[in-house]
Amino acid sequence: MSAMTPKETETLIQEVLEIYPEEARKDRVEHLAVNGCSPGQAEKCIISNKKSLPGVMTIRGCAYAGSKGVVWGPVKDIIHVSHGPVGCGQYSRAGRRNYYTGTVGVNTFGTMNFTSDFQEKDIVFGGDKKLGKLIDEIESLFPLSKGITIQSECPVGLIGDDISAVAKEKSKELNKTVVPVRCEGFRGVSQSLGHHIANDSIRDWVLGARDDDNSFEVTPYDVAILGDYNIGGDAWASRTLLEEMGLRVVAQWSGDGTLSEIELTPKVKLNLLHCYRSMNYISRHMEEKYGIPWIEYNFFGPTKIEESLRRIAAFFDDKIKQGAERVIEKYRPECTAVIEKYRPRLEGKKVMLYVGGLRPRHTIGAYEDLGMKIVGTGYEFGHDDDYDRTLKEAGDATLLYDDLTGYEFEEFVKRIRPDLIGAGVKEKYLFQKMGIPFRQMHSWDYSGPYHGYDGFAIFARDMDMTLNNPCWSQLTAPWKREQQQGGE
Amino acid sequence: MATRQCAIYGKGGIGKSTTTQNLVAAMAEIGKKVMIVGCDPKSDSTRLMLHAKVQNTIMEMAAEAGSIEDLELEDVLKVGYGNVKCVESGGPEPGVGCAGRGVITAINFLEEEGAYDEDLDFVFYDVLGDVVCGGFAMPIRENKAQEIYIVVSGEMMAMYAANNISKGILKYAKSGSVRLAGLICNSRNTDKELELVEALAEKLGTRMIHFIPRDNAVQRAEIRRMTCIEYDPKAKQSDEYRQLAQKIIDNKNQVIPTPITMDELEGLLMEFGILEEEDESIVGRTAEEEVAAGGA
Repeated sequence: MSAMTPKETETLIQEVLEIYPEEARKDRVEHLAVNGCSPGQAEKCIISNKKSLPGVMTIRGCAYAGSKGVVWGPVKDIIHVSHGPVGCGQYSRAGRRNYYTGTVGVNTFGTMNFTSDFQEKDIVFGGDKKLGKLIDEIESLFPLSKGITIQSECPVGLIGDDISAVAKEKSKELNKTVVPVRCEGFRGVSQSLGHHIANDSIRDWVLGARDDDNSFEVTPYDVAILGDYNIGGDAWASRTLLEEMGLRVVAQWSGDGTLSEIELTPKVKLNLLHCYRSMNYISRHMEEKYGIPWIEYNFFGPTKIEESLRRIAAFFDDKIKQGAERVIEKYRPECTAVIEKYRPRLEGKKVMLYVGGLRPRHTIGAYEDLGMKIVGTGYEFGHDDDYDRTLKEAGDATLLYDDLTGYEFEEFVKRIRPDLIGAGVKEKYLFQKMGIPFRQMHSWDYSGPYHGYDGFAIFARDMDMTLNNPCWSQLTAPWKREQQQGGE
Repeated sequence: MATRQCAIYGKGGIGKSTTTQNLVAAMAEIGKKVMIVGCDPKSDSTRLMLHAKVQNTIMEMAAEAGSIEDLELEDVLKVGYGNVKCVESGGPEPGVGCAGRGVITAINFLEEEGAYDEDLDFVFYDVLGDVVCGGFAMPIRENKAQEIYIVVSGEMMAMYAANNISKGILKYAKSGSVRLAGLICNSRNTDKELELVEALAEKLGTRMIHFIPRDNAVQRAEIRRMTCIEYDPKAKQSDEYRQLAQKIIDNKNQVIPTPITMDELEGLLMEFGILEEEDESIVGRTAEEEVAAGGA
């Protein structure tokens, strides 16, 4: 089946929505669109960042997930306390594959679960005292930790505990950074607000720490990587390219990142923003307060990497510009070899994506480098500005979906029959059982990195081994196969 | 006879705890078996029965023991005057935590631990002034208290509160067996108090079950941490509480309340001359503007 025309896609949306009650249909139709509107006009073609309808099986997270799980969690030398009942911390523990170097329990704490484990009495009498005690315990058990964040779970907000007062007091007492983060899960419509709250807490409690301290020797080539969570080593694969072109990477936000890296970021010359959704807030803040420009870049696939390296280099002198060209030249043969090997096996294959922060648009170029075509894409928790950026990347007939429901995803897949789906673990087994090759595009399906030139080689191999896996030809049981053959 | 569970609500400071303990003392005097469950973080619902400043509360004891599961009934259930069983839910100091959750936890604990002995004739819940959240509605939810008495006076705010509490009862009356059983007027000696409270009762679809006159005997007993009944059984005021107790024992009048609107309530107050007719033209006008308007 060739790609659908815009008209066919529009009809498809209408047909899939037919089964809904009127109220739900009216709501959902605004979240589904055929890509065709002009860039900058996303809000006219698709509505996003709205509360999910009950019953639609959304796969969104909450503000706590956005703060603890995404933005703060990967900062490795700080201890992140899940403040409230035990579940939030336990079920978000070490779940995100943000790689790090260091020794767990000594100078790295990302895979451990620290929680105040709220009981009835903490709800009734308040949890501030317990929080203070817990921080003291952390200090005696893990003295090398550089700081503590307090990640509020829902009940803390409901009972009105004053975690900021505890943070201030303990910070003074221990002479360490203690950050209260009011990321109660009921705030906002998805994890997106949690990113914002976490950004704001960095702004208010960390970022200015070294404003009056000039002991850090700066260079004209200092940059920071923002919005790279080092999933499967992504940030490392990105960092080497920047370093090879002559830049100095001062900080990684926040994959494999540290508190001091965050504190030093206001001293860089340029902020490089990969995941716009989760860190545009702090980028804008640093631009306003410190005059640091920021640019978005995309390190998925050679086409986008080349574009990005040149755009980054354009901020610097000829040395860096030449450096960028040198890097591009150096890796070109490698990329050509990857493409020559895999493109014939993947050419023309149709892909549907449904992911989070940046991947619904950023990975499109990498697929296209391999000759594949994106026929549908969408965000769990995107905003207008994400869709604006997506319109440019996606083809005309691409189906766009926001906060996609379980039912809609399944129906779209049945009708479009893509050759590959990239989404999360909750969708994976459903679609595999439907006989459709599937890659987890949150965790890279336990593979990665996918960023940078090194990542592209792995990305191409993974897509090939998934799509061309011999298992897909074995889906019909032998006896049924014989029947079918006999019947022919 | 099955245990009758009653809850006493009313505006803060209206005299719920004093009234409850005195009427319970009067019931105990004639041999009724009664339990008082204090549902107020101030924990002063049983002090007159126990001659104590404050009783060990369920929530405090649970916090000390580690968790509510580590607590035994006898740790928190005290026996006071007339063999009345006394228990306080307890809760946080003002400004922290969630007192409402404390009430929920405490009542669940009492149920699970079998505090609601079948021998009991009455259980009285003495609840914090306003039904500010779900926790303080706990005694009227899930078929706990079936009979609600609202302590009221002729003061305007007390009557507002009584009407608001009726709204809460109405909400739960639809899904359960909770009913408004009457208003208790704890007199503040305001103008036309008796008539006004009787009129309000009528509007709410219930009646004023008893009018307790103001009497310093109550105060004298309280400073001795005693009920009037115990301190001075022969006092006239003690008889008032005995009458109230008997009326509650005999009370069959239980209704789904018909709370009234703000306008109706204000109308009632105007009818009795408590509230002046509202002059719409003065709303939102400063003194300066009034002078200017007067001069024009």
